Amino acid sequence: MNSLADFVLVSAILFGIGIYGLVTKRNALRLLFAVEIMINAANLNFVAFEQYAPFAAAAVDNPVGQTFVLFSIALAAAEAAVILAIVVVAYRLHQDVDVSELKTLEG
Amino acid sequence: MMVVTVGGALVALEADEIIYGAIGLAGSLFGVATLFFLLNAPYVAVFQVAVYIGAVAVLILFTVMLVRQEKWAKEVRPTSLTRIAGIFTGAAITIAIAAAAYATNLAGFDSLGNTATFVDIGQLISTGDSPVLEVLALVLAASIVAALTLSRVDREDNPK
Repeated sequence: MNSLADFVLVSAILFGIGIYGLVTKRNALRLLFAVEIMINAANLNFVAFEQYAPFAAAAVDNPVGQTFVLFSIALAAAEAAVILAIVVVAYRLHQDVDVSELKTLEG
Repeated sequence: MMVVTVGGALVALEADEIIYGAIGLAGSLFGVATLFFLLNAPYVAVFQVAVYIGAVAVLILFTVMLVRQEKWAKEVRPTSLTRIAGIFTGAAITIAIAAAAYATNLAGFDSLGNTATFVDIGQLISTGDSPVLEVLALVLAASIVAALTLSRVDREDNPK
């Protein structure tokens, strides 16, 4: 496993698993897991495309892909903290973490 | 590593106990970190292990363990129609992206083995991308304050 297409394949599989989780799951924590998996799929693509020609030549002095991933990981950490806080509050208010039961959050 | 990454993601979503799901998610994140190592990005890999596994996965684990309630683990099983729709959607997107990747010239690209050191990344972050870093710091601070505010418990018998 050392071509760019292989890494893109892994990334696509992870993204598909994340989509499957978003479609089928109703537990808020499972949805958080699915979103984290999809973010990881995107991060993997950023680094993979940076390392392979013809993109790699410019990446030695200007590692934009890796920098993007660092920012993305930090943002995902912040997002996970906020979502967990929201889940805890939702559980305190509704005694449930099933998103289909959280009627007060509907627009 | 592909097996660990994909298998961990499946365990994260399909494990009966949500705590095992969190452990599966940590395994999947570790698999992605090893893929970063294979892609000559050791700094990103270490950052992934430190932040994702060291912070996010442990944060989820502690939240699930500390707020140990039966309803967190209880899940409404998806109907077979929903499950089929999920599998179909996920598989369709995966196949579309993979087919596009193999149909184009992506498989023919060679890795140049470039390794951007953390000095290069640090220079880029602290010079060209420094406004982004500032905004990110503000977003992180705001998210921490928001999380603390949300999870604060108002006590009625607040001693003065």
